[in-house]
Amino acid sequence: MPPLITQHDLENRIQDLLAAHDPGTTSRLDFLHARFDAGLAWLHYPPGLGGLGLPRGLQPAAEKAFAAAGAPDNEPQRIGIGLGMAAPTILGFGSDEQKQRWLRPLWCGEQVWCQLFSEPGAGSDLAALATRAVRDGEDWVVNGQKVWTSMAHEARWAILVARTDPDVPKHQGLTYFVLDMSAPGVEVRPLRQLTGEAEFNEVFLTDVRVPDSQRLGAVGEGWKVAQTTLMNERVAIGGGAAPRESGMIGVLASAWREQPEVRDPALHDRLLTLWVAAEAARLTAMRLSAQLAAGQPGPEGSAAKYAFASLNQQISSLELELLGEQGLRYDDWTMRRPETVSFVGRSPGYRYLRAKGNSIEGGTSEILLNIIAERVLGLPGEIRVDKDVAWKDLPR
Amino acid sequence: MSEALLYSEPEEELRAAVADLLADRAAWASVLARTESAEPYDTELWKTLGGGIGVAGLLVPEELGGAGASLREAAVVAEELGKAVAPVPFLGSLTATALLLAARESGNGTAALADDLLRRIAAGEQTAAVAIPFSRSPDTTYRGRVSVTPWPPREDPHEARLTGRVTSVADALPADVLLVPADGSIYVVRAADAQRTPVTTLDMTQVLCDIEFDDAPGQILAIGYAPLAQALLSAAAVLASEQLGLAEQCLKTTVEYVKTRHQFGRAVGSYQGLKHRLAQLWVQIAQARAVARYAVSSSGDEQVIAVAVAQAHCSAVAVQAAEECVQMHGGIGFTWEHPAHLYLKRAKSASIALGSPARHRRRLAELVDLPAS
Repeated sequence: MPPLITQHDLENRIQDLLAAHDPGTTSRLDFLHARFDAGLAWLHYPPGLGGLGLPRGLQPAAEKAFAAAGAPDNEPQRIGIGLGMAAPTILGFGSDEQKQRWLRPLWCGEQVWCQLFSEPGAGSDLAALATRAVRDGEDWVVNGQKVWTSMAHEARWAILVARTDPDVPKHQGLTYFVLDMSAPGVEVRPLRQLTGEAEFNEVFLTDVRVPDSQRLGAVGEGWKVAQTTLMNERVAIGGGAAPRESGMIGVLASAWREQPEVRDPALHDRLLTLWVAAEAARLTAMRLSAQLAAGQPGPEGSAAKYAFASLNQQISSLELELLGEQGLRYDDWTMRRPETVSFVGRSPGYRYLRAKGNSIEGGTSEILLNIIAERVLGLPGEIRVDKDVAWKDLPR
Repeated sequence: MSEALLYSEPEEELRAAVADLLADRAAWASVLARTESAEPYDTELWKTLGGGIGVAGLLVPEELGGAGASLREAAVVAEELGKAVAPVPFLGSLTATALLLAARESGNGTAALADDLLRRIAAGEQTAAVAIPFSRSPDTTYRGRVSVTPWPPREDPHEARLTGRVTSVADALPADVLLVPADGSIYVVRAADAQRTPVTTLDMTQVLCDIEFDDAPGQILAIGYAPLAQALLSAAAVLASEQLGLAEQCLKTTVEYVKTRHQFGRAVGSYQGLKHRLAQLWVQIAQARAVARYAVSSSGDEQVIAVAVAQAHCSAVAVQAAEECVQMHGGIGFTWEHPAHLYLKRAKSASIALGSPARHRRRLAELVDLPAS
């Protein structure tokens, strides 16, 4: 067992790193490399892979210390899929060689990752996906179409789930790969959404060769591996504590305060009801992060994601109604490629439209309710007519 | 701050002690039977809870024989009492205790009188209640119909006579002492010196009464109503936890029932029409826990906001849980013999008690600067 590292040791290590690599004179990438190599990147990762095997709860304090010293960060919002989904999966299922190869450039932001899971024919029912991977010598040959892929146009790597055996029931015939987005046969097209912009892409895969050395987990174990990715996705979407009136409710409250002419007594109680609901959701997220820090992970993550989707939709809807004539206008329908989604800084119409995606992306609200009902409350599962049927015989 | 939203180990121990006692002594069948008896309050249970476990003296400082605990511990007790819809005067007693504590700290009254009463409450010798309608919210500038004569008192400035009427008072029936707001001050009146008339109430497990004062002797406790406002705020904070407990219990029994009840050859809990509503209720309850914990963990101006949020949210969640409990039990849920109605009646009453959700939202509008017009 390695010696335990105390909070004090950790602070010393951070100060030592900052002293040896002055953020003021060190290049951004050099600093990030040094931070990773010192085990001060993601503290809960193992030594040698950017961490020190410490509790997750210590991370915020470390981030604060680096930020206070003016150190560059790894732009976490730009590499969220790598950090939040690809990395834990590689850590959990990758070989030593795979971990050494991918985790460092991932954390340092040198290589962007994307996720090739959803397909036009496989949304909530992800395990029914149809993209095929066929073994050919030391490679797999991949054909199919993926959709709703953020950052595909900037990504170097993708995590991919593909069907390697169509003759067994759907969950059993899947395998998990890492795909090189610069390989021949990968075509990325923007997918324009109802807001006018394109955050996401469609990815067409035509005879793309993936070396077997880029497989994560055993052949046929892809569903199990994907569960790790998806669990981490929900933690990423739902979690976090924020100050009061952050997010959409703050925008709505400001509109009410700053524009007395739009105040309508008939909408007042609705405004306060939503204010209370937003505050309740905020405190619940705060309680969830306290639970996680205390090592009591709860199923509140799914609940938080469900609650925020519903709240965002109701708040943005009321905002449009409240604004009246202003609500008739839209800022810009130009097709653009935003790197991050922000509800603030766009017109109310954008907020209303973008919030519609909140109850679809990362698990629809209906699926989340099924999950809560079945896994938390222990209610009977949905009737599965496809359970024992070979994937190739399922109606599609 | 966020750790305060969790439960501490001593809080869990207190919860377990109360839960064990209630499982033993307040099974719902006996709670139901008592509602039609001559003794709507379970005074024996209250003695054990109050004196034995020390629930009555939770907030009372240790030097006066209490536990010196905070609202957080009281809230955990309230959760368990809400789960059992137990007919004990916990909330009324807590309100009176909070008032005495606030009066003691205000320095604007008779500290010795407050100390003496707090000692008796902690020892389980006496139970006190505040003579104010149960529906009063913490924000109201209270104007009662009890007046003081003669004014100013001629012989002893601490002695006065009270005359007038207060309606729909909670937990005053089993009380020995009444704390009575009258003419801008708060007086202590022996319950025996007032005429208490039980009211037929919607919530049969918490019987209210109307109180008539006819030249009743009173001792002045505090000048001004500030301690009253603080007491009602504390009570509203703790009530949110009672509502949380009630909602949890409704969800639990309903989930158990829909797993066993079969129609059309399937457990009714396998239908999404019920599954999704129960999941939504669970989400609401998870939120209720966070806001209820926050209400009993915050202080000062922040507590005023936190309590308004908790009351607006938890009142609605408790009612929703109880209504779903009745509906998802189908026919049996509509009968007298099933406990669902006890929860429905308590939930609806509790949502009105200490201010309705709409009232608390209106208060919030002032507190967070979102005026109606």
